[in-house]
Amino acid sequence: MKPAPFAYKKARTLDEAVALLCEHKDARLLAGGQSLIATLNMRLSAPSVLIDINGINGSNGLGGIAEKNGAVEIGALVRHVQAERSDVIARLAPLIARAMPHIGHAAIRNRGTLGGSIAFADPAAELPACLMALDGEVEATGPKGKRTIRAADFFKGLFETALGPQEILTAIRIPAATKDTRVGFAELARRHGDYAIVGLAASARGDGKGLKDVRLSFFGAGDTPSRARKAETALESGDVDAAVAALDLQPHDDVQATGAVKKHLAGVLLRRVAKQLMEPRP
Amino acid sequence: MTDLAVDIALTVNGEKLAERVEPRQTLVDFLRDNLGLTGSHVGCEHGVCGACTVRVDGEIVRGCLMLAVQCDGSKVETIEGISDSGEVADLQMAFEQRNALQCGFCTPGMIAAAQDLLLLAKESGGVPSRDEIREHISGNYCRCTGYHAIVDAVEAVAQARAGAAK
Repeated sequence: MKPAPFAYKKARTLDEAVALLCEHKDARLLAGGQSLIATLNMRLSAPSVLIDINGINGSNGLGGIAEKNGAVEIGALVRHVQAERSDVIARLAPLIARAMPHIGHAAIRNRGTLGGSIAFADPAAELPACLMALDGEVEATGPKGKRTIRAADFFKGLFETALGPQEILTAIRIPAATKDTRVGFAELARRHGDYAIVGLAASARGDGKGLKDVRLSFFGAGDTPSRARKAETALESGDVDAAVAALDLQPHDDVQATGAVKKHLAGVLLRRVAKQLMEPRP
Repeated sequence: MTDLAVDIALTVNGEKLAERVEPRQTLVDFLRDNLGLTGSHVGCEHGVCGACTVRVDGEIVRGCLMLAVQCDGSKVETIEGISDSGEVADLQMAFEQRNALQCGFCTPGMIAAAQDLLLLAKESGGVPSRDEIREHISGNYCRCTGYHAIVDAVEAVAQARAGAAK
């Protein structure tokens, strides 16, 4: 299908983008467009105005990746391909680096942005789950200035976030990896690069032979990225079987699989990821 | 044209153009309907099939997931451009010789994706493995060949180009 008609406005600065959002009540922001334009084509979304934020870049920091005060700050307009090739991400955000090859296909990664993926909050997407596993945060800019929202408070429901209607996600921040940081990532999809049937992003701290502060963040297993807290506790005591048995997830049936299949697959992924977490970093 | 239309200036296959487009027109529809460049195909229209793959500023993109209006100031290359210049002549020949196409619907996108991989491989100085070839064309559906012949063709060209470079 073809999109319904809309007006197109290209914002040159962040202030201009926020002003346009305030002016047009049913506007949508266009970043990479790799989800938005598909929904426009299918007429699942029909805004009257599209505000293109791709012209806001560089000097405003929306397109940069930097280490700042023990955190990695990733500008909202950083494209997947940029993150995939970034030394800073490889060194200080190894979970994001591991997730990258699973996101879409080369042509999609050339356009899609990290900020767009987080703001869209698809329950089967990789990056929201990574942000949750890393206890990261989101920087939002609106008419009253900037505010910071923790990942745990950001994902509210199916495609629903804590962003206000006049706010723009401008950056994400995650704690920089240290020597004892361990990460794990696995997903099952029908075709490599497609949305996951179910997936798992995880982080922990290596503590001698054991694990501490385990954070298991499943995607494709609920309306938002879902922590499996009982399984986290079991994994901290080193018992993978108990962690699988304790998996506290209630995935719904969807077009890809029934809830029961997803729950089974979540256990399979947990075993794979537990193995990754227990390997010391090279 | 409605009053929503926007003027854009862009380069398509080396030719400078000034056009007036509706914001809602996707890049691939613009190329096909306004410019008559029908080598880029419209398949799923939501980014799954890869039949509309074109190059914008040197990088492959989905022509159905980019709007024509976003290409203001950009350099767009379609299968017509990259085949006329001879850039992918060896890939075209290998596809033909190895039966890497039957109906041909996916072929323009497949060639664009394969050429993207070969250019990246050239930068890093290596020949991509069969797994890497499969991964790079994973965003392009082919419903005829079963992919095996396509991987054969791309691998043969990768090896030939690496050999020629030595």
